[in-house]
Amino acid sequence: MKRTFRVALLTSTLLAGPALAETTLTIESWRNDDLTIWQDTIIPAFEAAHPDIKVVFAPTAPAEYNAVLNSKLSAGSAGDLITCRPFDASLELFNQGHLADLSGLAAMANFSPVAKSAWQTDDGAATFCVPMASVIHGFIYNADAFEALGIAVPTTRDEFFAALDTIKADGTYIPMAMGTNDQWEAATMGYNNIGPNYWKGEEGRLALIKGEQKLTDEGWVAPYAELAKWKDYLGDGFEAQTYPDSQNLFTLGRAAIYPAGSWEISGFNAQAGFKMGAFAPPVAAAGDTCYISDHTDIAIGMNAASPNAEAAKVFLEWVGSPEFAAMYANALPGFFSLNSTPVEMADPLAQEFVSWRGKCQSTIRSTYQILSRGTPNLENETWNASANVIKGTDTPEDAGKRLQEGLASWYEPQK
Amino acid sequence: MAARKPVRWHIAVFLAPAVLIYTAVMIIPLFGTLLQSLYNKGEGGARVFVGLQNFATLFGDALWSDAFWNALGNNAWFFLIHMLVQNPIGVALAAILSTPRLRMAAFYRTAIFIPTILSFVIVGFVWKLILSPIWGIAPGMLDAVGLKMLFAPWLGKEEYALTALALVSVWQFIGIPMMLIYAALLSIPDEILEAAEMDGITGMSQFWKIKLPLILPSIGIISILTFVGNFNAFDLIYVAQGALAGPDYATDILGTFLYRTFFGFQLQLGDPYMGSAIAGAMFGIILIGVCVYLFGIQTRLRRYQF
Repeated sequence: MKRTFRVALLTSTLLAGPALAETTLTIESWRNDDLTIWQDTIIPAFEAAHPDIKVVFAPTAPAEYNAVLNSKLSAGSAGDLITCRPFDASLELFNQGHLADLSGLAAMANFSPVAKSAWQTDDGAATFCVPMASVIHGFIYNADAFEALGIAVPTTRDEFFAALDTIKADGTYIPMAMGTNDQWEAATMGYNNIGPNYWKGEEGRLALIKGEQKLTDEGWVAPYAELAKWKDYLGDGFEAQTYPDSQNLFTLGRAAIYPAGSWEISGFNAQAGFKMGAFAPPVAAAGDTCYISDHTDIAIGMNAASPNAEAAKVFLEWVGSPEFAAMYANALPGFFSLNSTPVEMADPLAQEFVSWRGKCQSTIRSTYQILSRGTPNLENETWNASANVIKGTDTPEDAGKRLQEGLASWYEPQK
Repeated sequence: MAARKPVRWHIAVFLAPAVLIYTAVMIIPLFGTLLQSLYNKGEGGARVFVGLQNFATLFGDALWSDAFWNALGNNAWFFLIHMLVQNPIGVALAAILSTPRLRMAAFYRTAIFIPTILSFVIVGFVWKLILSPIWGIAPGMLDAVGLKMLFAPWLGKEEYALTALALVSVWQFIGIPMMLIYAALLSIPDEILEAAEMDGITGMSQFWKIKLPLILPSIGIISILTFVGNFNAFDLIYVAQGALAGPDYATDILGTFLYRTFFGFQLQLGDPYMGSAIAGAMFGIILIGVCVYLFGIQTRLRRYQF
């Protein structure tokens, strides 16, 4: 009798299992900095609306993400939702059949063609990731230091270098916090930050892709010439200074200006004990049109092999909604929503960054679309060239020449 | 009539686990990689057989060969530093440790060996902090003895970075030659040393004339272990300088070059076929090195039986 009862009990739990089963979705991401925000804010909001779906945010270190994700996808062990890098890295995953075509998602109507362009096939026929956010480049400064030294926020290059000279002469602060050890800061926060003002944003970027401009042209070499001047304003031993070193130098109040991407905002807000402000890359003369790098940076797609495709689509529709856009942009100030619905942001620093969208022309990083498809890889070469130019081991002209030779070696329109 | 020899099953049974595991985790992947290096992506992404064309690209196309020779040259320098610094110091430490008069020998032995058991991640991170021009203790310590002008951001300078990392690696692995030589020194019979003393050979000359010839085979083994380890190295460079092996590829060794090519990096997509070709070239280099040692040197070493 007792035995029958036990069996009955066991059977009932087994049968009840599937009926109560929750679908668990796993998100692959490189944003390990955002773990708490996903766990405390975003996922609970989604789970409250969809109690039958559980979501797990499982990030990897940014530098390893692409390699780890590729291996996991090939091995069939990747999560259901894949955070998408812009352009070719994700396009390649789509072409290999790892990312599902999401063109049919209703939420896609909430995004402009420009917002979607980073996650579409070259002909725009298929969109495979739901755009989440873009990041804007500029400079974050220590407002207390600027006030103490009586420096006005620079808008032109002359004012910018005058400000750096003033800070250097005073000696209390390192004028600019950047190092070349990790190389990418020199390219991303250096070259692609100040560059759009020289190559006139989209105009120059598209001309380069069409082969009408070359990397040896004035517009592409001049930013290197400006980077070469930065050397004198960086801290001692900047050659071995890493990215976290630079962040800490600035947030500890030891450096006055930080060449930044807007993604730093939330981290800096938490770390820095002083008032901060931001200014867009300075232009040549007052009144010139300014150009900013407003880079489509992050999106989310679906693993084509996911067994939970239905639940994943529910989640992606939610990611495409204005509700998510408002939550994400405010939880992570500095990641600006790509949703067509305008989002109100509370953070003053984020407001400052996003206000440049109204004043300046937006563009994306020059190397990301199409131009980094071949060998040598233009993005990697740009990291290397930017770091070398800042250290003074390469002249701007030589750097431009080397990059052009590398690009012309495989890219048909540049031959 | 002589009885037929029984089939000796136990040999096969005892060998089986090792053979099976070794085949599964070493031999099959090795030949799989070598085979993959003969293929490449054809039209439409299908895998096509291209023969030795990947190797022709690797050695013939300046884009690839420059990077390859740079990495190989760096690897050779990395190995040279180990041979010139790690192994002589290892032998010297072992000789000192094996002197009977040394007190606290066990403590020194353990202390020197500890870095070897640390993870590369810890070693890379700790040394990056020590040498950091901003927070590191190296500039402060040099300043304290009035040698601040000798400090440079070593890991960020093309001319010093690789040597600095090689010395970090030496610091980490000095315990291995020390232990092997120490064991070899202890196995020298006392009668031989006593006989040497009777003939008046003591102190340093005893080391050079008696002990060193007896431990030469061990030094040979250490050299070949160092060679294989250095040409397979990857971890320390990756942890300290990243996959791009900066500054300006000055610390790029075959391992990091392989990693970038095989798995891709940032916007660069992974290329398993060229990656396999590089892995094949690394295998070839190590194989040649080991063969040169085995047939050219080891067979000529004199061995002494006690």
